[in-house]
Amino acid sequence: MVKGIEAYGIPVVHMCTVVPISLTVGANRIVPTIAIPHPLGNPNLDQEEELNLRRRLVDKALAALETEIEEQTVFE
Amino acid sequence: MSKIKVVHYINQFFAGIGGEEQAHIEPEIREGAVGPGLALNAGLGENAEIVATIVCGDSFYNENLESAKETILEMIKSQDADLFIAGPAFNAGRYGVACGDITTAVQNELGIPALTGMYIENPGADMYKKEVYIVETRDSAAGMRDAVGKMVPLALKLVNNEEIGSPEEEHYYPRGIRKNFFTEKRGSARAVEMLLQKLKGEEFETEFPMPSFDRVEPAAPLKSVKEATIAIVTSGGIVPKGNPDRIESSSASKYGEYDIDGVMDLTEATYETAHGGFDPVYANLDADRVIPVDVLRQYEEEGKIGKLHRYYYSTVGNGTAVASAKAFSEEIGKKLIEDGVDAVILTST
Repeated sequence: MVKGIEAYGIPVVHMCTVVPISLTVGANRIVPTIAIPHPLGNPNLDQEEELNLRRRLVDKALAALETEIEEQTVFE
Repeated sequence: MSKIKVVHYINQFFAGIGGEEQAHIEPEIREGAVGPGLALNAGLGENAEIVATIVCGDSFYNENLESAKETILEMIKSQDADLFIAGPAFNAGRYGVACGDITTAVQNELGIPALTGMYIENPGADMYKKEVYIVETRDSAAGMRDAVGKMVPLALKLVNNEEIGSPEEEHYYPRGIRKNFFTEKRGSARAVEMLLQKLKGEEFETEFPMPSFDRVEPAAPLKSVKEATIAIVTSGGIVPKGNPDRIESSSASKYGEYDIDGVMDLTEATYETAHGGFDPVYANLDADRVIPVDVLRQYEEEGKIGKLHRYYYSTVGNGTAVASAKAFSEEIGKKLIEDGVDAVILTST
């Protein structure tokens, strides 16, 4: 999916939990996430903390989209 | 001669513990063969026996690669095993990764002969096929008999230190290992024969297949996200409540395009996941946990991003054929370009 879209020249940031799979399928910008059933959330946190967690992850993804890269890069 | 001691690895599903709602369980060890181990045990015959079965939840293994591996290696050590078999994982992605990873660790760190099996499109196959023997299986458990018939002979050869034949003969994925041997005909003769076959339009088999590098160059970065239109795409199956397009819970044959004009927050009442490959409880309660519509809307208001694209695209990445995913993304990419989208956040579960 990532490659099919990025082939059009649009930068794609892949947000996922199992980074080795993302690397294998060939995503170029990768942001590791929290857990498989809730990549961008954590049900153990209260609502405000969870929202802040999601903001931080989205911030990383946006920063990745602004970053020039030569090869597959994981934005920790 | 004493019996060959085999340790078998399976996931929570094949152990009969449960489906996705149990995918978080930590590794545990059981005596003897469990589930698919019974068929393997029967195939192994009189000289070998599954002495213990290790069970681990697929999500637990994939979310805790290092610690899961360590715990399981300790369990295997305690069994004084002669042979390790994982799976087969068929087309279950996380299971395939777990099987490939633990098989590699057992072989490399414990020095015990080890193998696993899975379907060719399982991501675990590409990730670990160079490291260990991965037998090619069908895409579902309906192929269990066939898998046993291929895995057992190779496993016994490995443990008995017998010579392993070519990938075609032994049904494992090519590991990229070259082996020298003598042939009747010299290279020039073989090359000419191959050329003649090619000219006649006949089938021929190359002696050196070219590796296929399926990669896309990284696209140029955005100058500023503040002026960019950003679209969301997901393989996590987030759909409007009721799944209007009836996207399948596994092996999806389609994707959906959903208008989120004016939607500020995804709620339990309005959105859910169609994905059948993970415990849906958390995503159904709040789908923003899979696609961050709430945060991107806030950022749009705050001026941190230019615009959140009016439509998001969703499919279910669960045993979905690579060819389908490729076709979906080509269509989606085309639409995004036509709509002037500058960048994509793609989330996966």
